[in-house]
Amino acid sequence: MSAVAAPAFERSPGYWSTVLRRLLRDKVAVAAGIVVLLLVLMAIFGPYLTPADPYASSMLKRLQPIGAEGYPLGSDELGRDLLSRLILGARLSLFMGITPVLFAFVLGTALGVLAGYAGGAVNATIMRTIDVFYAFPSVLLAIALSGALGAGIGNALLSLTIVFIPPIARVAESVTAQVRGRDYVEAARASGAGAFTIVRVHVLGNVLGPVFVYATSLIAVSMILASGLSFLGLGVKPPEPEWGLMLNTLRTAIYTQPWIAALPGAMIFITSISFNMLADGLRSAMEVKQ
Amino acid sequence: MSALPADDVGGPAQPLLTVRGLLRHFPLKRNLPWQPRAVVRAVDGVDFVVRKGETLGVVGESGCGKSTTARLLMHLIAPDAGEIVFDGRVVGGNDLPLREFRRQVQMVFQDSYASLNPRLTVEDSIAFGPQVHGLAHRAAVERARDLLARVGLEPRRFAERYPHELSGGQRQRVNIARALAVQPRLLILDEAVSALDKSVEAQVLNLLLDLKEQFDLTYVFISHDLHVVRTLSDRVLVMYLGRVAELGATEALFTAPLHPYTGALLASMPTLDPDRRTTEAPLAGDPPNPIDPPPGCRFHTRCPLAEPVCAQRVPAIDLAAPHAVACLMHEPGSRHSRAGTSSEKRTEE
Repeated sequence: MSAVAAPAFERSPGYWSTVLRRLLRDKVAVAAGIVVLLLVLMAIFGPYLTPADPYASSMLKRLQPIGAEGYPLGSDELGRDLLSRLILGARLSLFMGITPVLFAFVLGTALGVLAGYAGGAVNATIMRTIDVFYAFPSVLLAIALSGALGAGIGNALLSLTIVFIPPIARVAESVTAQVRGRDYVEAARASGAGAFTIVRVHVLGNVLGPVFVYATSLIAVSMILASGLSFLGLGVKPPEPEWGLMLNTLRTAIYTQPWIAALPGAMIFITSISFNMLADGLRSAMEVKQ
Repeated sequence: MSALPADDVGGPAQPLLTVRGLLRHFPLKRNLPWQPRAVVRAVDGVDFVVRKGETLGVVGESGCGKSTTARLLMHLIAPDAGEIVFDGRVVGGNDLPLREFRRQVQMVFQDSYASLNPRLTVEDSIAFGPQVHGLAHRAAVERARDLLARVGLEPRRFAERYPHELSGGQRQRVNIARALAVQPRLLILDEAVSALDKSVEAQVLNLLLDLKEQFDLTYVFISHDLHVVRTLSDRVLVMYLGRVAELGATEALFTAPLHPYTGALLASMPTLDPDRRTTEAPLAGDPPNPIDPPPGCRFHTRCPLAEPVCAQRVPAIDLAAPHAVACLMHEPGSRHSRAGTSSEKRTEE
């Protein structure tokens, strides 16, 4: 064996550091990333940021306008401070947006990679089953599942996870099928490696990236669906602050205090569009010409 | 690294690789379920022998089954029929499991970029094979660096690079190192230098010659470049439409081809000699469709010397002969008008 001495090997920036550098050059993606970061911080430190008790109601101070004394963003239909509720609402809303996508990412990728790598009858069984779920519009499927399972956060999460597994599995399957046909996978098979090793070393590294980007773009959809479920009374239950639920309860005030009624919707909008733009930026940053 | 694989079983006289009746048909999709399924006869009964230490060139037009044969040899595609014997042991049998066979036989592909994982550094790509066969990570990386040096890439500069940072020639050197990392005895080079620039191609060919010497390798060299095959090979196998047309020692085959197809192939070689300039294409048209190959000798539709008998009778090939050919002209008693004279010529050899 030739001695490999201490002098440093010329290292080149890895794939992910190249992606990060490209992402940081994309102003829109950076702005969206900052908003997402702020929202996450808001969710984590919510209880320390609220200026007033988000649960304390007051019948006399109902539907205060924006800028009213003691109510910087007005108050809701029960006289609770809207700013505090919006801040604390980030917790449940983000949780309901991210968690199902995360679960679906794990399960959907596993299914998709299995189907894409195994091919044949396994692929047909998995993908045709998934196509059944595809036949329903996602909103309808989420409502139907939640309705059948019963109201509550846990069931809402479960139904959203089921809704997101098919699209993620489909993306994972198609990327895996592409990667599987590459010569380096053939070469790995030719060196005697088993399917599990090949998937771990050669397939996952090339599949996870695109699937992850796709999953990020689903977070916005998930938030909107979760808000929709809460709006219909199938998700979060009052008095917990959650943007979708707040939108629901404030809708009666749309004629008297339209700005207040619109605020939770604005939060949902800002959050989902930020996640979408971040995913978009990530996608283009990952299209590194190699 | 100095230790050469000491897996030799049968001694130098025993062929390293014996292929018998290798066959693979690819079924096509049916338009309607009750229609009969059409098949592409990609490799349709191929026999040959690779001797220890030789370079066997494999030539033929595009679509003649060269690459499919290579993939069948590696069992990357399962053969429909046929037997591969490696150094006296049947591949996939109890004596030689597929996994062990794949350590002893490796392959270099044409597309140098597609055959390297873009997410792995060069050394990780090379170290993958040995780790599959039980070498510890550290030792595998050491071996990878050593091999990089042997294929002419300074480890310090290249070990931690990614494939996209290398040129085509450098990448193909990495692929060769990757193939050698499991210490194989047989290397299948499937158009391994065809995609490279001429100058780089020459360097890589020289490297292959050096490595063959150093590691005591045997090559199966698949190419459509007849000049390269002539320089590199000891023997040459000519394939036509999924079958062996001719197999013989390089010089004999290039100077006195027996099969009319080989003759036509050689006549199509570009030359710099102005007196020997080709004015007409020696072969007219495309090869017939392998979905529905012609009966009898597959070449009779394009053969200038074809006679009615060629469409009826499949020419046999005797691989024991030093210069084997599948042509009725060289088969005594085949009722081809030239059969008699040619068979005499064959006994002279």
